[in-house]
Amino acid sequence: MPKKLPKTDVVIVGMGAAGGVAALPLSNAGIKVTGIEAGGWLSPRDFAPDELRNGARNWPQSVQKAAGEAPTVRATSNDVAVQGGHPMMNAVGGTTMHYWAQSWRLNPWDFRVVSDTRERYGSHRVPADSTVEDWPFGYEELEPYYDKVEYAVGISGQAGNVQGAINPAGNIFEGERLRDYPMRPLRSSPFTDLMSDAAHRLNWNPFQGPAAITSELYDGRPPCQYHGFCNKGGCHVRSKSSTAFTTIPKAIDSGNLDVVTFARVVNIVTDNDGKVTGVDYIKGNETFFQPADVVLVASYAYENVRLLQLSKSRAFPNGLSNNAGQVGKHYLSHHQGSPVLALYPKDLHNWYGLPAQGVAIDNWADDNFDHGDLDFIGGANLWVHTDRKPMSAAKMSTFGESRNWGSEWKAFIMENADRGNTSYIQKTTLPYEGNYLDLDPSVKDPLGFPVTRITARYRENEKRIAAFASDKMEQWYLEAGATKVIKTGPGNAMGATTHAYGGTRMGNNSETNVVNQWGFSHEAPNLGILGASVMGTSGARNPTLTAQALAWRSAEYLANNWRSMVG
Amino acid sequence: MAKNSGKKDTQPDDLPHNLSRRNLLKGAGIVGAAAVGSTAASQVIAQDSPQSYQTSSPAALEALEALTAEEAETLEAICDCLIPSDENGPGAKEARAVHYIDRSLASNNKDSRHNYMVSLAAINDYAQKTRGAPFYQLIRDHQNSILSGVQMSKVPGCAPSGSGFFNMLRNHTIDGTFSDPYYGGNQNFVGWDMIRYPGIRLTASETEVAQGAELEPNHQSAYDNETYTKMARNIRMSNRGGSGNA
Repeated sequence: MPKKLPKTDVVIVGMGAAGGVAALPLSNAGIKVTGIEAGGWLSPRDFAPDELRNGARNWPQSVQKAAGEAPTVRATSNDVAVQGGHPMMNAVGGTTMHYWAQSWRLNPWDFRVVSDTRERYGSHRVPADSTVEDWPFGYEELEPYYDKVEYAVGISGQAGNVQGAINPAGNIFEGERLRDYPMRPLRSSPFTDLMSDAAHRLNWNPFQGPAAITSELYDGRPPCQYHGFCNKGGCHVRSKSSTAFTTIPKAIDSGNLDVVTFARVVNIVTDNDGKVTGVDYIKGNETFFQPADVVLVASYAYENVRLLQLSKSRAFPNGLSNNAGQVGKHYLSHHQGSPVLALYPKDLHNWYGLPAQGVAIDNWADDNFDHGDLDFIGGANLWVHTDRKPMSAAKMSTFGESRNWGSEWKAFIMENADRGNTSYIQKTTLPYEGNYLDLDPSVKDPLGFPVTRITARYRENEKRIAAFASDKMEQWYLEAGATKVIKTGPGNAMGATTHAYGGTRMGNNSETNVVNQWGFSHEAPNLGILGASVMGTSGARNPTLTAQALAWRSAEYLANNWRSMVG
Repeated sequence: MAKNSGKKDTQPDDLPHNLSRRNLLKGAGIVGAAAVGSTAASQVIAQDSPQSYQTSSPAALEALEALTAEEAETLEAICDCLIPSDENGPGAKEARAVHYIDRSLASNNKDSRHNYMVSLAAINDYAQKTRGAPFYQLIRDHQNSILSGVQMSKVPGCAPSGSGFFNMLRNHTIDGTFSDPYYGGNQNFVGWDMIRYPGIRLTASETEVAQGAELEPNHQSAYDNETYTKMARNIRMSNRGGSGNA
């Protein structure tokens, strides 16, 4: 029998991007929170500027709980699923320790894909096999929570629409904001200036993207040093606004958050009435039962879904909150592959840059352009950035100018190591019938529990966006003086990724959604779910800030309605 | 060509010119916590004598951790074909990519050890059969044509396949030439100098970025920074993620 611990008000499973944010409004409201985290505390000492260790050897993820439970992947239910890697990190702060830290708000269209498409182009333009729904609320509802997170966590960026006033230095397509970002954007670079100038010549609207990275002294943390080991490396001076350096320490300071590290939740316990009573977790060789009035599941999308599917009980024989059969449905992973590569005739000065220091183009994203004559809905955000490291530079494409070894190749990389660039293009990705997460029937984790099985593939809408966006990207590179451009094709793999959405979708219809508009289960009302697993659309940009805004909103709702929800 | 190109003309047998502090310490046999960052370090750096270079001679001190002697010799020849020492300066040999690979096959890349054994033997068998001598004894043109055959999967017996082994070996050779020197390759930063990477800096100013490859290479390993070493002392990190180090 698990050892029973004293009861707490709220258990949060996972102290990462979403759980780490939710802890703050709860603990500030005087609610006792226990955060259970599979990893431990890291510090700037851990973030050595070491491309081999961090990148090639995958140090941040090599000894993780997640590594032992990587999902299996197959395209369709007729294929055999094969286990791959797990992209996420177990640590206090989770993947916000080493992510790129691009921190976008979704655009208003992303909340109303179905109704806006019907209105502008007709219902037939929504792909017939897609299960997409409008969100239960619009951008305006989430705006105040985006704002709270931007200031609490610390986001740098250039606003494009403050209370209706359009600023062409920012994203003119963004939804209306209450106020500016708390910090100016990260600085530009010779390369980002080159790309911005080219975009202006094309009459596009370039702007520097938002980042959870300090551009100036903020909340006691120093500004970014641009040393360039941000990706998978974490920040040596805490400029990256990980929840481990922002909201979590503040919540601990309130006296109401207790973080339990190296502990993995294996079961969410429910009573016969279908009410959640707490969680079982393993720490060391012991199993504990942590009773709580409310459980908030805030691990990654794959793990959120898996934990519900594993938590079977008399009230929920098919997994927790799954009596409608919706857990694992409406899964999608962002189409962020199919990069375009460019070679320039001069050095780009990118040795000291980072993935979030870049230039974005939103002219071809969402419904920011007329799709009347096109055969897809949605679009892509084009992003070029400054991150470049010696090993990966040496592995650059030779653009057909040399074979990839020998004296000729050596002369090529000696000349061109700082002359190549790879774009990052995120596309609208829709949920479909036949794309889902379930428990793998044969592959198990080290504890003997089945791992998640991904069954998913991109469809025509995503591939058409990819082709369209690749052409735009090629045009942008050529305008900026690139002499060679390679388009890598539409992409088809939909494996485990850092941008996974759905599986516990949010919506008012309890027949097609797992959680209500506040993020709490339709079936087990004292179970909340945080993270991108509640998101029904991807947008064309990174999910973290939206997951964090939703987490703050759910937590605030819980704090404000504590008496009626807990009773 | 960058202005540091003059440094690339070092002959393989020359004494290394650009030893980092860490290599100096290692060569002097005082690697360890007590020395790093202490006055002992500056004493060693000051002691710029022929003896300290002599004792740093790698071949005299280092074991083959995974490879056999013949495998190492074969690999040395292959890596020299992949990233040659040529009129443009040093290559994988001076970077000691094989030393990196050997160490990695005993640790992080140990799952690849078997494929190295099988494939290096297959390449030597093929060289013996077609050219009458093991790979490492052939002239460069013959070595290159055999390697092309490996890349196109035309040399039998490689594992997991000719192209599979070639791609892995190419990646490892690049890793050994361009990774942080801590891991045993990129000796004297020849890899970073080759592609004009000015080196690891914990901060990069706008002016430095603007200089690009004109920035003077600083020849620093990540682990020349005491913060990141195993035994860093006097760095107290709070449980909240390190406010003591900001």
